[in-house]
Amino acid sequence: MALILPTDSTAAHPPSLHPAYTSTVLRAPQQPLILVPHTLTELTGPVYGHGKVRDTDADLTVQHAGEPLGERIIITGRVLDEDGRPVPHALVELWQANAAGRYVHVRDQHPAPLDPNFTGAGRYLTGEDGRYRFTTIRPGAYPWRNHHNAWRPAHIHFSVFGPSFLSRLVTQMYFPGDPLFPFDPIFNGIPDERARERLIARFDLETTQPEWALGYQFDIVLRGREATPMEEPHEH
Amino acid sequence: MSTDSTRPEGITPSQTVGPFFHYGLTPGTAYPHVPVSADGHVAAAGTPGERIVLTGRVFDGAGEPVPDAMLEIWQADSDGRYAHPGDGRARQSNSFMGFGRSDTRADGTYRFETVKPGKVPGPGGREQAPHILVAVFGRGMLKQLFTRAYFEDEAANASDPILALVPEARRGTLIAKRHGDTYTLDIRLQGEGETVFFAV
Ligand SMILES: [Fe+2]
Repeated sequence: MALILPTDSTAAHPPSLHPAYTSTVLRAPQQPLILVPHTLTELTGPVYGHGKVRDTDADLTVQHAGEPLGERIIITGRVLDEDGRPVPHALVELWQANAAGRYVHVRDQHPAPLDPNFTGAGRYLTGEDGRYRFTTIRPGAYPWRNHHNAWRPAHIHFSVFGPSFLSRLVTQMYFPGDPLFPFDPIFNGIPDERARERLIARFDLETTQPEWALGYQFDIVLRGREATPMEEPHEH
Repeated sequence: MSTDSTRPEGITPSQTVGPFFHYGLTPGTAYPHVPVSADGHVAAAGTPGERIVLTGRVFDGAGEPVPDAMLEIWQADSDGRYAHPGDGRARQSNSFMGFGRSDTRADGTYRFETVKPGKVPGPGGREQAPHILVAVFGRGMLKQLFTRAYFEDEAANASDPILALVPEARRGTLIAKRHGDTYTLDIRLQGEGETVFFAV
């Protein structure tokens, strides 16, 4: 297997402890993580095949009898590795609030209306070019109880499987120009500003469909590179 | 090969799975419109190997159960082979994927029904004791934590090259206890008896 997973790139991730996001305080380990070599266990991972995903999984506006309320959008992008190579057959899952900022989740207490025509969950299996594409509606911002008057910027939750279990990524995609960015401790848990900006989708007129839906591009870069003969996969 | 101009400036950073992942990732039967990508049933009936249950509870630094975590597991089959092109060895059963996903209940319990993995190749030609790779996601967790589940009745634990890197006093946090066909391993995110998590 010619896959290597450099550990330095993981510095882009937020630390486990980010006290401004108060729920991290009791859920972040206090002991140092133990550095271990990557074995066959870490360098492999689940492989999803065609047949697992239906066409309607990628269009969140056609999953019910009627159309959901809200601003229809298209989100597309490529799943890439650290060298910019497309990751084919990557399972991309997403879930989101409706246009009013309410999740269908049974525990969501936000007093905003549910939409009987919107569940807010979708899946896509990337093609050979690593591309995915969803049609959905733009989610609303919603309040949470982290601190006084706390509101999450509008976001869509993404879950992506790459070539190995260590490439696995769960993240959130945001929309350009959101005025809530400076106040959100989850977004700002990422220390590097340029890394934070990688979570903001780009409005794209070419993806936008006339008289139908606004288009956004959001590329997802996963851990992992192809090893060159000079590199030894089991050393850090 | 890609050129420098197309090389990304870095990986996409992680964000928490949040409190509302269930209907997207672990819908079970509660959200019938949502397809299930993976759940706690890792091994279908007829999968070769010894059928086991891996279960336990997730606790936070105050010793309280974590009711909104999600665990994902990745494991070899009973012969120690992975369902992945990176493991080129032939397998007895092509239906066994080796991947599972479980949310935690109100009391912090997760649960997987699977088969016990075999020994797998390790670094430098050394064998690894049977183990399951575990990733823990949750509200209040900005990125997943990686740990492993080993089995208390495996003599190979004594020579496992990864366990050997863990201080002896903390190794027990990685070793599931057996009662019948059920292995139990609690995960403590913080504090006394804190689970060993790996930098990988
Ligand atoms: Fe959310």
